[in-house]
Amino acid sequence: MTAKALRNPVDFSQFPDRAGHFGRYGGRFVAETLMEALHDLDDAWRAYRNDPEFLAELDADLARYVGRPTPLYHAERWSRQLGGAQIHLKREDLNHTGAHKINNTVGQALLAKRMGKTRLIAETGAGQHGVASATVAARLGMECVVYMGSEDIQRQALNVYRMRLLGANVQPVTSGSRTLKDALNEALRDWVTNVDNTFYMIGTVAGPHPYPVMVREFQAVIGREAREQMLSDYGRLPDALVACVGGGSNAIGLFHSFLNDSEVAIYGVEAAGSGIETGRHAATLCAGRPGVLHGNRTYLLNDANGQIIETHSVSAGLDYPGVGPEHAWLKDIGRARYVAVTDDEALRGFHDLTRIEGIIPALESSHALAYVTQLAPTMRPDQHIVVNLSGRGDKDIYTVAKLEGIQL
Amino acid sequence: MNRIARCFADLRRAGRKALIPYITAGDPRPALTVPMLHALVRAGANILELGVPFSDPMADGPVIQKACERALAQGMSLRRVLEQVREFRQTDAETPVVLMGYLNPIESMGYDTFVAGARAAGVDGVLTVDLPPEEAAELAEPLKAAGIAPIFLLAPTSSAERIRHTAKLAQGYLYYVSLKGVTGSAALNVAEVADKLAGIRALTDLPLGVGFGIKDPPTAAAVAQVADAVVVGSALVARMGELADDPDQMLREVAERVGAMREAMDRSGPAKD
Ligand SMILES: Cc1ncc(COP(=O)(O)O)c(C=O)c1O
Repeated sequence: MTAKALRNPVDFSQFPDRAGHFGRYGGRFVAETLMEALHDLDDAWRAYRNDPEFLAELDADLARYVGRPTPLYHAERWSRQLGGAQIHLKREDLNHTGAHKINNTVGQALLAKRMGKTRLIAETGAGQHGVASATVAARLGMECVVYMGSEDIQRQALNVYRMRLLGANVQPVTSGSRTLKDALNEALRDWVTNVDNTFYMIGTVAGPHPYPVMVREFQAVIGREAREQMLSDYGRLPDALVACVGGGSNAIGLFHSFLNDSEVAIYGVEAAGSGIETGRHAATLCAGRPGVLHGNRTYLLNDANGQIIETHSVSAGLDYPGVGPEHAWLKDIGRARYVAVTDDEALRGFHDLTRIEGIIPALESSHALAYVTQLAPTMRPDQHIVVNLSGRGDKDIYTVAKLEGIQL
Repeated sequence: MNRIARCFADLRRAGRKALIPYITAGDPRPALTVPMLHALVRAGANILELGVPFSDPMADGPVIQKACERALAQGMSLRRVLEQVREFRQTDAETPVVLMGYLNPIESMGYDTFVAGARAAGVDGVLTVDLPPEEAAELAEPLKAAGIAPIFLLAPTSSAERIRHTAKLAQGYLYYVSLKGVTGSAALNVAEVADKLAGIRALTDLPLGVGFGIKDPPTAAAVAQVADAVVVGSALVARMGELADDPDQMLREVAERVGAMREAMDRSGPAKD
């Protein structure tokens, strides 16, 4: 915990404000053509977020369809080898479809259904959110269109096929850098055009209000469970939380229930790609500056003229030049610390967990693991770290094999 | 009086409607932007909308996206757009110029630096697509103080309450987006637009421009019957892209298109006032 936040206690449950602001970040920066749709969504969200029937249906889906609660697993062998704090993995990789993303799509789908929408659209980078969207669309019998950068379609072929099997129409996006940010642009364009029957499921805590807060609430189940699990298994809170940050949804999902616990240190891990000094990275909070993109004010990677620049990470899910506005705010007020690890470090984390614990992690999650290998040895064995294992690595097998010169 | 207000006042006296072409600054080549602006004025444009290229133009269709990519690939930036306006102003002190773009390049430059630069260059209005009135005060106030009109969009979905709120903040004109979609989408429905404009007029005295989906002289003429200004963008930008390698032909053809719209608008007779 930093001294700054200790001196200025903040009640985190009071954020964002009614218009979606986290301090100077967040808000609604979209063309007028989308404002009414965002107001409708906000109205529906506020009507249902505390509705007992809605919440009961959500809980039932999370339990029986997603498979929650996910275990909090004590990685004993790995903790021992690192010789420091006890490491606990929040096993979001065990969710249906293999990542935390489905916590959010199950929730948004329930909302879409109540709003009478018949068509779901989504953007995706690694394909995990696309798969999670296609999955709930299949279950509800809704049409589903997933926008995906043509670059990402290449490196995530497995997930593209999964989405197609699920009946989704995967639309390649060839504008700009052909990755996640461009897919988001294209999804927004679709939404503006088809707003009457279409629900746009954003896959992370970014976008215009109410997305950052709505997605946070759907993902906050991660931290609520982890908090209870720590209390019931160990009778205490963890000393530190670690999660990777792309847009920031798995991270805020873990962090949110602990924000008011000032004794819990919080670390978000960004993708340093080839190294921040090379310029080929996606470490938005570590190396960016505030600006406006995709409907909110937040940290961005942009050039001196305010043009968004291309990012690089070995993991498609972290390859995004923005970040959720709540993280921007948590960074500025000092409540969370943001660090970055390189592709190579993440790959070592990937192999470590696989060999030592028998769990193949997603490359995104491997960034969090890589930071744990640095952090744990600096802590005592009677201290505890909870790390969000946001997804499983099956989708990344081809990428890892290729990097090692192996043809599958 | 701001050049935009003067322009609408003059047109109203003459019983004519404003024709507002949009081009993306720096597209297809930075050196052609200022000559193109002059050619548009000669062809009958009353106000010029100059697009500030942005890497992520979320409200634009493929035509303007590609124009932005072409312009950025040649080093265009907000700073260079302001230089182009300054150059244009050296030989045209009358025609209002409105910058149209996204917020991030302006945030990146800093609001104060931008407003001072825009004023010095001779910019008359600023339309920031992704800056709705709720978030706009911080930019709109210094713009107004510098004599520059903050211009806002209205959509088919805008409620009466939002229209009233927007009109209070806006100067120059209100830009009614005629359809659900991005720039360059399918053709608009004139009857629907007429209906909606009547509703907006009941709430504000600002001139009303209509854009998105106006591609040909007959549509321009029909919209001119019900609006104060007709904005045409993608139809011109698409042709500019196609003729990028033949600048003379490009200047001629795009001016001809604008001239044909001007003529159709003027032929369709004086406005009901
Ligand atoms: C497994 C996994 N973890 C993390 C992320 C990054 O997203 P976020 O930062 O929103 O959790 C992704 C995105 O695709 C993912 O698939």
